[in-house]
Amino acid sequence: MSLESTTYVLRGARPLGGDAADVVLRDGVIAEITAAGTADTTGAEVVDAAGQVLLPGLVDLHTHLREPGREDAETVASGTRAAAAGGFTAVHAMANTSPVADTAGVVEQVYRLGQEAGWADVHPVGAVTVGLDGERLAELGAMADSAAHVRVFSDDGRCVADPVLMRRALEYVKAFDGVVAQHAQEPRLTEGAQMNEGIVSAEIGLTGWPAVAEEAIIARDVLLAEHVGSRLHVCHLSTAGSVEIVRWAKSRGIDVTAEVTPHHLILTDDLARSYDPTFKVNPPLRTAADVEAVREGLADGTIDIVATDHAPHSREDKDCEWGAAAFGMTGLETALSVVQETMVDTGRLTWSDVARVLSAAPARIGRVDTGPAAQGRPVAVGEPANLTLVDPAARRTVDGGTQVTASGNTPFRGRELPGQVRATFLRGRATVLDGTPVVAGEAVR
Amino acid sequence: MRPGPALPADPHPDGTTVLGASDVARALTRIAHEIVERAKGADDVVLLGIPTRGVTLAHRLAERLSAIEPAFDAAASTGELDVTMYRDDLRRQPTRAVGVTRLPQAGIEGRTVVLVDDVLYSGRTIRAALDAIGDLGRPRAVRLACLVDRGHRELPIRPDFVGKNLPTSTSERVRVLLSEVDGVEDAVVISGREDTEGDAR
Amino acid sequence: MKHLLSTADLSKDEAVLLLDTAAQMAATQSREIKKLPTLRGRTVVNLFFEDSTRTRISFETAAKRLSADVINFSAKGSSVSKGESLKDTALTLHAMGADAVVVRHWASGAPYQLAHAGWLDAGVLNAGDGTHQHPTQALLDAYTIRRHLVGLRGGAGEGVGADLAGLRVAIVGDVLHSRVARANVALLHTLGAEVTLVAPPTLVPVGVETWPCAVSYHLDETLAEFRPDAVMMLRVQRERMSGGAGGFFPSPLEYTRYYGLDARRLARLADHAIVLHPGPMNRGLEISAEAADSDRAVIVEQVANGVAVRMAALYLLMAGEDSAEGNDL
Repeated sequence: MSLESTTYVLRGARPLGGDAADVVLRDGVIAEITAAGTADTTGAEVVDAAGQVLLPGLVDLHTHLREPGREDAETVASGTRAAAAGGFTAVHAMANTSPVADTAGVVEQVYRLGQEAGWADVHPVGAVTVGLDGERLAELGAMADSAAHVRVFSDDGRCVADPVLMRRALEYVKAFDGVVAQHAQEPRLTEGAQMNEGIVSAEIGLTGWPAVAEEAIIARDVLLAEHVGSRLHVCHLSTAGSVEIVRWAKSRGIDVTAEVTPHHLILTDDLARSYDPTFKVNPPLRTAADVEAVREGLADGTIDIVATDHAPHSREDKDCEWGAAAFGMTGLETALSVVQETMVDTGRLTWSDVARVLSAAPARIGRVDTGPAAQGRPVAVGEPANLTLVDPAARRTVDGGTQVTASGNTPFRGRELPGQVRATFLRGRATVLDGTPVVAGEAVR
Repeated sequence: MRPGPALPADPHPDGTTVLGASDVARALTRIAHEIVERAKGADDVVLLGIPTRGVTLAHRLAERLSAIEPAFDAAASTGELDVTMYRDDLRRQPTRAVGVTRLPQAGIEGRTVVLVDDVLYSGRTIRAALDAIGDLGRPRAVRLACLVDRGHRELPIRPDFVGKNLPTSTSERVRVLLSEVDGVEDAVVISGREDTEGDAR
Repeated sequence: MKHLLSTADLSKDEAVLLLDTAAQMAATQSREIKKLPTLRGRTVVNLFFEDSTRTRISFETAAKRLSADVINFSAKGSSVSKGESLKDTALTLHAMGADAVVVRHWASGAPYQLAHAGWLDAGVLNAGDGTHQHPTQALLDAYTIRRHLVGLRGGAGEGVGADLAGLRVAIVGDVLHSRVARANVALLHTLGAEVTLVAPPTLVPVGVETWPCAVSYHLDETLAEFRPDAVMMLRVQRERMSGGAGGFFPSPLEYTRYYGLDARRLARLADHAIVLHPGPMNRGLEISAEAADSDRAVIVEQVANGVAVRMAALYLLMAGEDSAEGNDL
């Protein structure tokens, strides 16, 4: 950590897309924001940020780092390096590892691996139920009290389908201001499901995953949350009906937050016609009408955040029949670009909104927005220097082989996307410079 | 031979007409007589045309055989033989449509089968036809009739009855036009011929 | 024609060519010597990830009648217990020099992946994939329908050259899980026939509204009002009845009562109408013995026509020049 004392001057950066300024990072905080070209650069490293948008470091509420258990697909180190490359300074690591993160021991291990790697803060998500089996609550309190300080609990990958168990979980986490992040999928309605149920599934003969299987759970859960006065977070909402239910719940004052993934903002179930398992994901890619509805929901605030659901998979889990392939796609390195293309370049969100949906709001939901390692803070003097610089004018063609993540299952392979993260700073220390991850000042790939 | 000046205005500007309608008719009549002579009558003769124009020619020959030998049942003694599935050049060309094979009612077993084709060239089509016949039955004999023999054989095959021997170069194209199939007056046309080469031959 | 993956990819001309070629192949099958030298020296691999003795034997017969060398490759494995990966199997076949691969697979889309993933340059012939497609079954059904309803009804040459314009076909049964239904709807529509699917609502897929056919929940009504020229009964899997992912209908008795083809319903068909079934039949469930054994049933003939249709498909896929990279069929 010898570089903590390095002073950076981000010359000509545009905080939240506003007017160009010089932003000085010193001793882990934002020390100064002055008119462009006026900062004192003596002894400082100058980063030419002309034209680049300065955002608070992004916070992902939904990442699969795969460690422990599937280190062939991703590790805490490789996943957080990919996160840094994508502009993230904090990620919430989902609990469906092997062993499952359902004890204080496992969450502390993941937390420490994140600290050792140093690319981004890793906040483990605790499992709601033992072994994700949906039968009895895991020791949520022990995980909350552990060094990992868990506040988000989820059986992601599986739904807490039992209504009584869900009610208990919602109630129980109130004791430590936790939140249950529900993977909304009615299991009986989705047995053997392979893709969105609709016109495409009927034609290509893949078992359907109906929208109602998501919507029914969300509807039940918002009513449960209202009844017991708890807060609820809805993971990767994907249908127009889900947006409507969350909108209704918020209008009733129910304490619910919702996330959408980048891929559900841009891709549709038509891609399944290729039978390319890269496009197999859970919840599945939906229709164009659903894509429009989630964009609208994100624009009007019904959907609070964008979370990647970054789900790396080894090649053998994707290089096979659709029906045999694993669900999931990577997303950390493309999330900001997809949000730019679908929401910013279309005029539906400002960069300030992007800071909200990709940083401030997820940090607040995960309760990592206060304390010495606070994330998702404003770009203001005195705040922790968790920042990312993005060049919105850059365009790049995504190549699964050259991404930082250890897995190649990006659905954007060969696709040109706007925006490129140029630099990322974690408490004043550069994790990415010139678009490349750096350790101790050296670029690594 | 230099065709051209002796013939009337050429109806096939892209080629040279080497046989006109009356030439074709005379050739077929002569072949019919030769068939009868060779078979010592037409009793056991059946005609198998190779699609497309060989079939038309077989029907014309059958009419002539009836005229020579009134006992010859033209309809019952004429058939068609598609050789597509026996060809040895299938993989050298785009996929060919499989045609119809229709044996004469009289059958081919123990008969004298006269294969009829329009142009005899490499001999490969006839090789395929002989294989096809072998799968269909056991004729007493198989003879070959063709309207034009243009040479360049690649297999030890020779015709028994020829309308016209036509020396050609391999770069030339020989087309037989028949009114039933082509909707124009009968003719045999060569295209792609160079004058000097024609002289040389 | 490089692959035959789905009937939805066939133009009308291509479909008619396949049927016409099948007619010529069928003609050779009544001869004493049934074998043709056409595909001599070429290798067909029957790659079966799902047991289907009937379909495999039909393809094997077809390939052998055309003198191709046939290799049967049974690949065990399912989504639950993975065997050798599809990719490794494909690379193996490539190394063996397969000219065409006939693939039956439990996973929808596996033949498409084999044809397009670049693992293999052989032609791929879909012999049934998951609940997606079964193109040769639909072709043999269309061939049988054409022969009976266009050819034997006065048309010349068993309907050669003709499409199925104006004919009405009812497809009855488990449409949801049926690759036969999907393949038939697309092909029959392309050939100009009118199709009505008849099934309990639980066995009709969500999204069927975009299919080029009508849907009815009532067999009696369809027989009375649609007046089908051909009735195709689909096999009902007994495991669809109860428990787990089943429960699509209350009982076999109730299914038979509303959707079974029995003597009473058989008697209501038009005089010329025929009955088809892809086999194997559940006698007493979707079709009664009277219906299965009646003069209208062309079920045994379907099996024979299957060989001719598969010969046609193999011929059109394999006989042309290697470089003739036509459209996928």
